[in-house]
Amino acid sequence: MKWDSLRLYWRYVEISFRSQMQYRLSFAFHAFGHFLVTGSEFLGFVAIFQRFGQINGWTLPQMGLFYGIVSIAFAIAEAVPRGFDIFPRLIRSGDFDRVLLRPRSAAFQVLGQEFQLMRVGRFTQGVIVLIWASQRLGIDWTASTVALLLFAIVGGICLFSGLFVLQATMCFWTTESLEIVNCTTYGGVEAAQFPLSIYRPWFRTVFTFIIPLATINYFPAHAILNITDPLGSTRIIQWLSPIGGILFLWASLQFWHFGVKHYTSTGS
Amino acid sequence: MKPYIAILSSRFRTLLQYRAAAIAGVGTQLFFGLVRMMIFDAFYRSTTADQPLSHSETVTYIWLGQAFILLTLFGVDTDVALMIRNGNVAYEMTRPVDLYKMWFARALSGRAAPMSMRVVPILVVAGIFFGLTPPASFTAAALFHVSIVGGLLLGASMVTILTISMLWTISGEGISRLAPALVFIFSGIAVPLPFFPDWLQPLIAVLPFRGLMDTPFRVYLGHLAGTDALLAIAHQVLWLLALCMSGKWMLSIGIRRLVVQGG
Repeated sequence: MKWDSLRLYWRYVEISFRSQMQYRLSFAFHAFGHFLVTGSEFLGFVAIFQRFGQINGWTLPQMGLFYGIVSIAFAIAEAVPRGFDIFPRLIRSGDFDRVLLRPRSAAFQVLGQEFQLMRVGRFTQGVIVLIWASQRLGIDWTASTVALLLFAIVGGICLFSGLFVLQATMCFWTTESLEIVNCTTYGGVEAAQFPLSIYRPWFRTVFTFIIPLATINYFPAHAILNITDPLGSTRIIQWLSPIGGILFLWASLQFWHFGVKHYTSTGS
Repeated sequence: MKPYIAILSSRFRTLLQYRAAAIAGVGTQLFFGLVRMMIFDAFYRSTTADQPLSHSETVTYIWLGQAFILLTLFGVDTDVALMIRNGNVAYEMTRPVDLYKMWFARALSGRAAPMSMRVVPILVVAGIFFGLTPPASFTAAALFHVSIVGGLLLGASMVTILTISMLWTISGEGISRLAPALVFIFSGIAVPLPFFPDWLQPLIAVLPFRGLMDTPFRVYLGHLAGTDALLAIAHQVLWLLALCMSGKWMLSIGIRRLVVQGG
């Protein structure tokens, strides 16, 4: 059953790839445009750091580590569970009824709707920044720090996916997409590009305990850099924290199941 | 002139219907502004070196950017894009009006209408709670208004060119995908332009994109005053004329070689 689902998912992805590759040039421009926008954003930070030198004691390469982790995680979260992002369309057209008839879970089918390949632009840019930062910082990568880095990225993917799932779930009640949730997705990325300690306390609380963005880059980055956290987290917390993202996704999916049960079709 | 004003006002009224989107937009922009503000607060706490903008000027610049964010939002007119794809553009050409002016009017209302709903709430909230300061002087305020209108028209002329470019590309790819990156970095929305390195400033000064945001904002701050302000507004006007003329010229060629799609 598990393997069967995996095979089916792979089929979904394959179809999605093939359809996107029908417009090769369009895809190339899209991905490249994405790369340019995110790249120019980072160049903007470089310019600011040249003027100011540092931010609360953090240097540009250190910030690059925060930036890289969150960019990579967000790029993958935008590509893979994209189906939840475009979910309002399914609700409005009434096509969600068909999803419910099929012998697979609704979440699984919505996930398989689309795999958005063009996010490769942001992804590549995040990887470049991460490699650059780690070289400038002279990080001594060991098996365990690499594992923590991957754990943090996975946690981040789960966290952002959870936010997309939440946004989609609200459509069961509102029918249309609540744009305001973008504050937590796009706004979250924007905020998490910088170390959380620079923000005001109430803001830190929100992004640590309610939407646990801090758990996927702020805490693990301290362990990777081998430095002490001014906010006072211990090493153990730093190593385990990415689990926060995974728990967040799990909670979002519970809410999703609740939403599916309360779904009433828009008809026609 | 009459038909274009009619197009402008009818589109304006249609777009004003999207009030829920506007409320969400205000919330999102307030959030982004807040994040940016805190980031710059931290930067200013971290240095004693002289900066091209003072802390309070930067905060005001950021909030103006959030309020007028739609000045830098670039995308082709999706309605016209559809018309070009399904062939209905042929009907557009039979209308007894100038196609360029009609599309320009659409582009103008496309950004002015949603913007008009967002500007005031964001400026009010930022002014009361988040340190947005009033214009430097009465003259600065007056010139700011002129220059914002300049930025709006300039943006509309750029969008119109993107729309016209679809006569060649049909799908709207190419420059319309790459333009947002240029606008993002060179208009001042990503980073206030004075923060860019000095060696880049001559290039920034020549390019048209600063006219979208940076020019009006620095006029507001009194950073560009007197002759400098007038020169910056002249820069907007010159680019506006240049872009309108090239747009018209592109359209005349594009229409001659246009193959109407579909039936």
